[in-house]
Amino acid sequence: MSTQTAKHKVEQVETVTIRFVGDSGDGMQLTGTEFTKANALAGNDLATFPDYPAEIRAPAGSLFGVSGFQLSFGANEVLTPGDQPDVLVAMNPAALKTNLADLRHGGMLIVNAGAFTESNLEKANYKSNPLEDPALQSNYRVVLVDMNKLTEAALEGTGLSSKEVARCKNFFALGLMYWLYSRPIDPQLASIKRKFAKKPEFAEANAKVFMAGHVFGETSELFHERYQVPASKLAPGTYRNVTGNFATALGFATVAQLTGRTVFLGSYPITPATEILQEMAKFKEYGVVTYQAEDEIAGIGSAIGAAFGGALACTSTSGPGLALKSEMMGLAVITELPLVIVDVQRGGPSTGMPTKTEQADLLQALFGRHGESPMPVIAAQSAADCFWAAIEAMKIATKWMTPVLLLTDGYLANGSEPFRVPSPDELPKLTVKYQTEKNYANGTQYMPYLRDAKLIRPWAIPGTAGLEHRVGGLEKDALSGMVSYDGNNHEKMVLTRAQKVRNVVEDVPDVEVFGEKRGELLLVSWGGTFGSVRGAAEALQAAGKKVSHVHLRWLNPLPKNLGEVLGSFKKVFVPEVNGGQLAFYLRGMYPGVDPLQYNRINGKPIKIHDLVAKVSEAL
Amino acid sequence: MSTNGQTVTAALPVYTKKDFESGVDPRWCPGCGDYSIINQIQKTLPSVGVKRENIVFVSGIGCSSRFPYYMNNYGMHTLHGRAPSFASGLKVSRPELQVWIMTGDGDALAIGGNHFIHAMRRNLDMKLVMFNNRIYGLTKGQVSPTSELHKKTKSTPDGSPDYPFNPPLLALGAGATFVARAIDVEGVHMGGVLKAAAEHKGSTFVEVFQNCPVFNDGAYTFITEKANKAEAQLRMEQGKPLLFGKDNKKGIRIDHQRGELEVVVLGENGVTEKDILVHDATREDPTIAFMLAGLADKAGFPTPIGVFRNVQKPTCEEMTWEMIDAAKAKPGAGQLTKLLAGNDTWTIK
Ligand SMILES: Cc1ncc(C[n+]2csc(CCOP(=O)(O)OP(=O)(O)O)c2C)c(N)n1
Ligand code: SF4
Repeated sequence: MSTQTAKHKVEQVETVTIRFVGDSGDGMQLTGTEFTKANALAGNDLATFPDYPAEIRAPAGSLFGVSGFQLSFGANEVLTPGDQPDVLVAMNPAALKTNLADLRHGGMLIVNAGAFTESNLEKANYKSNPLEDPALQSNYRVVLVDMNKLTEAALEGTGLSSKEVARCKNFFALGLMYWLYSRPIDPQLASIKRKFAKKPEFAEANAKVFMAGHVFGETSELFHERYQVPASKLAPGTYRNVTGNFATALGFATVAQLTGRTVFLGSYPITPATEILQEMAKFKEYGVVTYQAEDEIAGIGSAIGAAFGGALACTSTSGPGLALKSEMMGLAVITELPLVIVDVQRGGPSTGMPTKTEQADLLQALFGRHGESPMPVIAAQSAADCFWAAIEAMKIATKWMTPVLLLTDGYLANGSEPFRVPSPDELPKLTVKYQTEKNYANGTQYMPYLRDAKLIRPWAIPGTAGLEHRVGGLEKDALSGMVSYDGNNHEKMVLTRAQKVRNVVEDVPDVEVFGEKRGELLLVSWGGTFGSVRGAAEALQAAGKKVSHVHLRWLNPLPKNLGEVLGSFKKVFVPEVNGGQLAFYLRGMYPGVDPLQYNRINGKPIKIHDLVAKVSEAL
Repeated sequence: MSTNGQTVTAALPVYTKKDFESGVDPRWCPGCGDYSIINQIQKTLPSVGVKRENIVFVSGIGCSSRFPYYMNNYGMHTLHGRAPSFASGLKVSRPELQVWIMTGDGDALAIGGNHFIHAMRRNLDMKLVMFNNRIYGLTKGQVSPTSELHKKTKSTPDGSPDYPFNPPLLALGAGATFVARAIDVEGVHMGGVLKAAAEHKGSTFVEVFQNCPVFNDGAYTFITEKANKAEAQLRMEQGKPLLFGKDNKKGIRIDHQRGELEVVVLGENGVTEKDILVHDATREDPTIAFMLAGLADKAGFPTPIGVFRNVQKPTCEEMTWEMIDAAKAKPGAGQLTKLLAGNDTWTIK
């Protein structure tokens, strides 16, 4: 469908994927985030994927300093930030070099031609100017714009230094995209004003450059058409755009509000988990206390101390920090105190690729502690789902008196998507009760390890007269919690703790099969690959393939019906952003099941297209 | 303070030492200095004016760290070196509790060195009592960070090449607002130090020289033996001149030329009591506290015991809750619907 405006045809498109790439100093993350907001406000469903280097400011123009922001928005459900960009906005030669291969054949390439200077070409290892390569023109729709010069022209006479002028050019690109995708400009102009409220001269400059980009689209004759992506059919409601880390923080703050109890976060900064701490620090008014500890060990230690004191305690980290916390997790298991440990997975081992995503902490989450120390493990499936997962993890921890490990990953943590704001009555009921009465021998004694039918022990907190007791890392007597070296008692306690964690299965919903209940092949995913795998399943089903999909939110305990579901398919296929950890786990848990695998460990989410190809081969 | 703990309203029960005994018999070796420390703690607590259920003992790992099991309070026996981290989370979230940290020299200063200095610098109101036997007791006799240079132990059969920490210096350097030293066999004095520690609001470090008769017997006889005591100990008492020795004839004076402390004898070279440094632990500037703490390492000087420093500063938990209370007091604060929706929303019909 297309309509005619004054000068340009307006074409309707269902889904678009755009990638902005430039130097880490070029403001690509800001450009991407701002454009995301515009599309969210226009009612599109969307998903984003920021991809930036570990260096804060790599040398300008260098290949390893390229920073990118991809977003996909559409009129239909958007499950991932997209496999291949339809539009690539490249601000310099290095950005072009590292990203061009991803651009869809025939896609639109918008290039800041002004940045293609000899020295920049050299830094990007180009022998000749790629813009002069005839293949470029024949493979893509190339739009060359000297954004440097146009930005300078727009800001002539403003008195800004040339460095300050150069920093505005990302707003030129943004203005151009607003024009191309027919977005109203007023909200953006207002947003610029707000953003630079303290420096009105920059607000004015950026607004000018933004407008220059917009007008350029209209007048330059370089574009034959504009596009319009209609609002999506998202469920009615109020929406906001959230990243995974923000949603996690929001989930915990919501728990404080639902229970009226203090939520305590003890944490130490680490990419890509840091924002959870930063965001929760802003939630003081909601009953959140944050404590930036001296290291990860102290982060979880402070949380366990706070849990002993009756707070709803959590700690957030990424792989290297999780490794440091493992001795502490053992203590949380044996003291049976409620605690949520959030692990935002990233590329490992060791420092690995801190800004890139991975799903390789699964086995550590399940088994990475000394001794027999099981704990429930949950994984969030999308940025917005981090909200629900955080609430669920805290609910399980406090109900069952156990530490709970919540897995997210760098892709979810930084990526964003629309979050339908729930009304309070859609939230789970959460009540936290402390033991206030003596519970043994006709109410004359308190036994901290006297369990109920579900094997849950009571939670008595300091300040409660008559229930004074000690907890600690030494094995406890099964009743009094006093130190016990009795081997039989130890065995009993090990088995009891394990059984208690197994009992949590009563709160684990059965997996739902997407597609036919039995068939040729079952895709099994967990955590942040949900969108890609579901997208692949949809594509395969649309092509008439007998492929179904289950997604695991619960890794321990596994859902009751999972074994039966796995057994209902001829083949089980597990795609993961790791070397095959879930596949390994399923083999151990369900003898006879031997999943096929598809593993990517390149720091990027799985592409729907690639997965469809792999599954088709396996069929 | 708006915390989720109970506030104390009822009058304080009258406690005796027995109220603080858990009924579990301590399992330290016969003659261990730890007995004396627990004895003094249990004797002191009835007079500090805090309800038994509002007192929490947190410990790490080591002989000394078994302490909480023997106390009839709330207690956590945690991980080697990490007690300050648990105590910090507990104290920040429940400021109304009185939190004690019971630790050893290895526990606090080796594996826990990082947590130790940060607990001191933050000025959380926690009372850290370090049992210093200059050896690893529980693991049966290896050097600790306070063992003397060249010390022969099971892990250093040819003598240790490591210089030791001076714990009060370390605590002062880390910013502790209360720093003191006591000796296991000087029970009455230790009781006084512990009482002052209990009453201090802020990061509190008490080093107790503790004899380990099994692995490091006699580590402190140089100052505890009757014959040496008067010459070897310098009792620091608030507002009193720093005198020591037989008949209190010796004193500590500031040598202004060299900027050091020196030992002088009353009546010699015209020295009178007016020349002697008067002890004042409440000096904001820690320089003199540092000088006094440093004496323990200097030949020819007595070892100071008592309170080196006792100054008042806002605590970390107070400041934390001031911020929280201020945030909660803002108009419209703390509404669930506002939290969920935030500022930038859009609506789909
Ligand atoms: C992570 C860890 N490392 C090592 C140990 C072994 N360990 C237990 S106590 C201790 C030293 C205790 O010495 P100190 O703190 O001086 O206490 P003491 O037993 O002398 O009272 C060591 C090394 C442990 N429990 N945990
Ligand atoms: S080993 Fe030493 S410190 Fe430990 S209990 Fe025995 S005497 Fe006391």
